[in-house]
Amino acid sequence: MTGTVEASHRQLSGWGRTAPTRARVDRPVDAASIDGAFRTQTGGVIARGLGRSYGDAAQCSGGLTIEASGFSDIGKLDDSSGTIDVGGGVSLHDLMRHIIPSGWFVAVTPGTRYVSIGGAIAADVHGKNHHRDGSFANHVVELTLVTPTGTFTVSQDADPELFWATAGGMGLTGVVISATLRLIPIETSWIRVDSQRFARLDDLMSTMEDSDHRYRYSVAWLDCLGHRDGNHRSVLTRGDHAPSGAIPDRLRSRSREVPGDPRVRVPRSAPGRLVNRLSVRALNEAWFRSSSRSVGSLHPLSGFFHPLDGVGDWNLLYGPAGFVQYQFAVPATRGDVVAEAVGAIASSGIPSFLAVLKRFGPGTPGPLSFSQEGWTLALDFPLGPPGLPALLDDLDELVAHAGGRVYLAKDARLRPELLPVMYPRLPDFAAVRRRVDPVGVLASDLSRRLGIPG
Amino acid sequence: MNDAFGHPQSVIVLGGTSEIAREVVTLLAADRCRTVVLAGRDPVSLEVTATELRQSVARVEVVLFDAAATGDVDPTITRCFEIAGEAVDLVMVAVGELGAQETDEADPDRIAQMVTVNFTWPAAALSAVGAHLTRQGHGRMVVLSSVAGHRVRRSNYLYGSAKAGLDSFARGLGESLRGTGVTVHVVRPGFVRTKMTAGRSPAPFAVGPERVASDIVRGLEHGQEVIWTPGILKWVFSTLGCLPRALWRRLPG
Repeated sequence: MTGTVEASHRQLSGWGRTAPTRARVDRPVDAASIDGAFRTQTGGVIARGLGRSYGDAAQCSGGLTIEASGFSDIGKLDDSSGTIDVGGGVSLHDLMRHIIPSGWFVAVTPGTRYVSIGGAIAADVHGKNHHRDGSFANHVVELTLVTPTGTFTVSQDADPELFWATAGGMGLTGVVISATLRLIPIETSWIRVDSQRFARLDDLMSTMEDSDHRYRYSVAWLDCLGHRDGNHRSVLTRGDHAPSGAIPDRLRSRSREVPGDPRVRVPRSAPGRLVNRLSVRALNEAWFRSSSRSVGSLHPLSGFFHPLDGVGDWNLLYGPAGFVQYQFAVPATRGDVVAEAVGAIASSGIPSFLAVLKRFGPGTPGPLSFSQEGWTLALDFPLGPPGLPALLDDLDELVAHAGGRVYLAKDARLRPELLPVMYPRLPDFAAVRRRVDPVGVLASDLSRRLGIPG
Repeated sequence: MNDAFGHPQSVIVLGGTSEIAREVVTLLAADRCRTVVLAGRDPVSLEVTATELRQSVARVEVVLFDAAATGDVDPTITRCFEIAGEAVDLVMVAVGELGAQETDEADPDRIAQMVTVNFTWPAAALSAVGAHLTRQGHGRMVVLSSVAGHRVRRSNYLYGSAKAGLDSFARGLGESLRGTGVTVHVVRPGFVRTKMTAGRSPAPFAVGPERVASDIVRGLEHGQEVIWTPGILKWVFSTLGCLPRALWRRLPG
């Protein structure tokens, strides 16, 4: 097969390190090789970027996993339109290092820079600015997709059905080999941040409803463990790109600093499990105490958007059993579900590190795209507590009945029957799948587990 | 597919009338399991178990085989996978016969049969299952061993030695499959109150099959490669294993 290097078999899992499976792994560098793989492979094919989806979205047991890292070109930045062509395997990390010195930034960044462009589109990732800027696909001008029926360049105007099925489609419509992204201009690489502490969840949520629109970025962190009279404390952090005038002289030389590589790395031989009820409680306490009310403090981009990227392989801290992320979205009118979920988690006594709450603006037309207008809460749970599977099943029911859904890029355990309830436009997605993949070559462990139709 | 908690969607049970296996499948059905293939010798009791499981599992199929005959292990396993009709996430090996030590030990034919049913057939089956699962890229094998194999006793060395062989074989197979997406989980129950042990006086720490099943499901959630049930037996038998033989011999039971 031309243009393919490094074909081998590997055991793969998601960032949560649960349910590993083995597949052949190829690293093609052109569309023809992917096309060839579609024609010859019988056990399913799925693309894999940087493996940062938490569950089983980027692995295909017994089949073929196509590593996207061969599509690593970063094209010329078009200063007049603020757009750039990038390969599907380019990481946001590399892209940011490329564009920040010229005064540009990605329109949407998730909580890590170590995601590929293809992965960001496939999960239709969101950032702290969803309430005003939407999700990643909203800023994709066009994308080129290799499907089993051919290679197509699609946009919101040219074949919007395929474009939007690909946005959030978890790789099940094909392999994104390149995309044109619309960037945003920035004067500096610093964020001017206001932060506030709250003792009550409803105070936090009403503050977010009343004034999030005044900031480009907004996110709140909740303490799910420690609570007084059923009230959970929280820290709300909101900010905007700092204009050059806001940068003090001492930071002048660093006004367009690019994010660096991780300074420390968790060793493979890290002890059993460092994230447990005690350590979570201690961390929550430290975080809460260190975040006093502040106005206009300057934070570097990396610290503001990607605090965990400073530690390489931080997922190893959860020990060999791994962890699950649980993120749900519910409509704006169902903020009560957030309080109920947090209450259920607190009373279960199961520790969740990193409970993150934010408001979503309007969702996209993507039938499998996660974001929908309202609230979203993200939680981390180390594997181990006996009640965890049942707790998450209960939360699913709560969320589904409130008209909400869970994020497939993080899912590793949803009950398949709830998928069509949470994503009622699943038939639209299936219709696009049948068009571009009539034989059903594209498959992942996620699509098999949830029975995603096609 | 197995989910993050090791809850399978499709299961094959070799030794489909085992009470422990039935309890395990009942628990798994409450989670994500929707397809079960029950394989065993007695069509009547298999059908009884299948009918019971159909209340909670969408599809239950039955395959017949005899663990005393080692000639058709491979076709039997292949048939189970074909009937499952999808990727198989969990294969439980619950084949076994307790026998009657006092009468069996003097009968070479019975000894050969006990070793066949408790060791030879299950070991050959595990190997065949391992090949299928490796092709799939994932899957788990659960093997019912016994504390009787941990340190054999005068009173049941025939059953115990066969289980000891199976236990070691399964753990060795698990090592050989590292990195393939396939794992092997050895279960070491103590005295379990089932029809197999009916009429025998229970040993200390005797439990019912429900308890064994919930320990197995919990062990799978954690990815435990050796599952003692009840858990305390791990410490009891680690200690007993160190006893001088003269003392070990005198222990009751």
